[in-house]
Amino acid sequence: MSTRHEPTDVVQTHPAPTARPVRGVERTLAGWSNYDRQACQVYRPEKVAELRRVVAGAPQDSVLSRGAGRSYNDAALNGGGGVLLHARLNRLLDFDPASGELKCEAGATFGEIIDFALPRGWFPSVTPGTKFVTVGGAIAADVHGKNHHQDGSFASCVASFRLLTADGRELICSRSQHSDAFWGTLGGMGLTGVVLDARLSLKPAPTAYLAVEHRRAENLDQALDEFAAHDHRFAYSVAWIDCLAKGKALGRSILMRGRHAPLNDLPRELVDSPRELECRRKRSVPFYLPQGLLNRWTVQAFNSLYYRVHRDQRAIVHYDSFFYPLDSVLHWNRIYGRQGFIQYQAAFPVASSRRGVAALLEKLAGLGAASFLAVLKSFGPGNASPLSFSLQGHTLALDLPWRRDLPELMRELDELVLRYDGRTYLAKNPRLSRTAFEAMYPETERFRRIKNELDPQHRFSSSLARRLGLTEAARTAVRAA
Amino acid sequence: MSEYVLIVGATSSIARQLAGCLARRRTNLILAGRDGDDLARTAADLRLRFDIRVETAAFDALDFDSHAEFFESCASRGAAGLSGVAFCVGLLDEAETAGELSAVRRMIDVNYTSAVSILERAAEYLQKRRRGWICAVSSVAGDRGRQSNYLYGSAKGALSVYLQGLRNRLAPDGVSVITVKPGCVDTAMTFGMDRLPLLASPERVAADMDRGIQRRRSVVYSPWFWRPIMTAIRLIPEPIFQRMKL
Repeated sequence: MSTRHEPTDVVQTHPAPTARPVRGVERTLAGWSNYDRQACQVYRPEKVAELRRVVAGAPQDSVLSRGAGRSYNDAALNGGGGVLLHARLNRLLDFDPASGELKCEAGATFGEIIDFALPRGWFPSVTPGTKFVTVGGAIAADVHGKNHHQDGSFASCVASFRLLTADGRELICSRSQHSDAFWGTLGGMGLTGVVLDARLSLKPAPTAYLAVEHRRAENLDQALDEFAAHDHRFAYSVAWIDCLAKGKALGRSILMRGRHAPLNDLPRELVDSPRELECRRKRSVPFYLPQGLLNRWTVQAFNSLYYRVHRDQRAIVHYDSFFYPLDSVLHWNRIYGRQGFIQYQAAFPVASSRRGVAALLEKLAGLGAASFLAVLKSFGPGNASPLSFSLQGHTLALDLPWRRDLPELMRELDELVLRYDGRTYLAKNPRLSRTAFEAMYPETERFRRIKNELDPQHRFSSSLARRLGLTEAARTAVRAA
Repeated sequence: MSEYVLIVGATSSIARQLAGCLARRRTNLILAGRDGDDLARTAADLRLRFDIRVETAAFDALDFDSHAEFFESCASRGAAGLSGVAFCVGLLDEAETAGELSAVRRMIDVNYTSAVSILERAAEYLQKRRRGWICAVSSVAGDRGRQSNYLYGSAKGALSVYLQGLRNRLAPDGVSVITVKPGCVDTAMTFGMDRLPLLASPERVAADMDRGIQRRRSVVYSPWFWRPIMTAIRLIPEPIFQRMKL
């Protein structure tokens, strides 16, 4: 029996002392960019009761939920502390075929949701660029997708979730109930508690395909003008951008915009199975490629070729290749070699975004810092989450192969971003300093207050939280005491 | 047809995967176990994904007095009754089994006595219907006693012999008995035991189980390579075996 609305919070006592302790194991974990590697005590509960036992009784000072480990930095690391894996807590719990509302455990991935929902005519309302991400991770980082300009970040499709707090309570959080905990947890990087399950609203998807238009823009101005003029016509809109182009070609890009294709737009050969889940075989990068294989020359050659072969065109494209192009290459992070790489993403507010993006591109082009994949997109309005990345304006995402002067370079980039009132994404930037962070996220103090309220002992912590000072007492609270 | 398959110990990771395999073949399920909340979650998941009937039942392996009523109520759930019983209860805890006899006894009761208690009833039931199957998860550890886990191994070995006898008894009635012997499986039971050799995923073991059930095999090693490995280990002469550290 499923109940559609849980009216009240559940208060459960801690598990019986006779219950067996849950075993942890020391593992060296890394973010997806392989940049930081840290030893953590890892737990993989298979039942909610076990999960509760770990939160209550793991001998480490702090614990942290880790979804699929797809954040690029130390957001899902808890060096020396406990890490909770959600891989076996990934069940679908309830679905309303009339409204498209799905309730699932936090360990469910977007891929698992799509496998279930698409054949029934539904698709995640907001999806990040990989379907290997879990729902819990998507909530923690308040991820965004190619439709942010219309639909906002992941928060906008989260109706409610159940949060296990440090003292063993389970709070049903929504916009109207425990709204501080709701907004603190969305974008809260897992520091408020453990999301057990969530209710998400899916969107109707008549087919597995998207009607996509490609359009080349010769420079940044053209790309941004094109966004401004036509984004409202497309549910999804991003631009692949050539970070190595300089001068008049600075910011030359290919805009890729689309919408879910209705059945009658499909070519004849696809009409018979319009909701085909699989589009092609997965390939894998079986080992780390040699360091330096991707350098400014190889990437420059690739970028020029890529730009030239893309004519302005319309096409019907499978969702897998539109939303998740890199998912078809498993372990693609190994192309950067063992030393890993850096993912960097900055967002600038409307007032300064044109200058901010241009300055960032100039800086990168000047360095010859080869970014294999860089993406530009416009952001719609932000939300009430104190730590959410999204703010109305434009965002630029790119990756940088490891180099000796990377820490210094990162600091320079952060300074540049701040100069244009921008901010960087917490799930990506691995070297953001605490001062820069607080300048970028003016609501940090509000987050600390929510965290202190929910978790005064800081049972939940992460390497990122300690780096950014998120587990410290809120200043206002200290003053009051 | 709305026959059910009863999965006992349904919260284990192998059992969960097996439930998925059976559900994919559109089999209605009764999931039995101790953690009612967890069973309800798995049941909801299976109902949603596969559009089958899934019920749950409370089962405590060590509460022997309750077993008769438990099996009775499961067998009478649907009008069509049970077509198969999968027994997936298992307990391995080095720390517990190392010292106290009471813990060892508990381990034996969970792994062996409870299996006999349930499967004797299942056998009687299926024998009357003259069809169906019984499948139980034993272990390669039961094939030869080794110093590293002979207590657990002895319980699983007893289970394997029990199933062998049961198979012999039920063969004339058209009821199959499938013994599954997994090697090391990546479950909560083994998580944290570092560097286990040839670790198999629960998905893999469940798929092997499901295939064994469909083909009415007698003994299924999972993954398959444990069959030659265990054959070799069984063939080592005792004087040599005594000097080995396995």
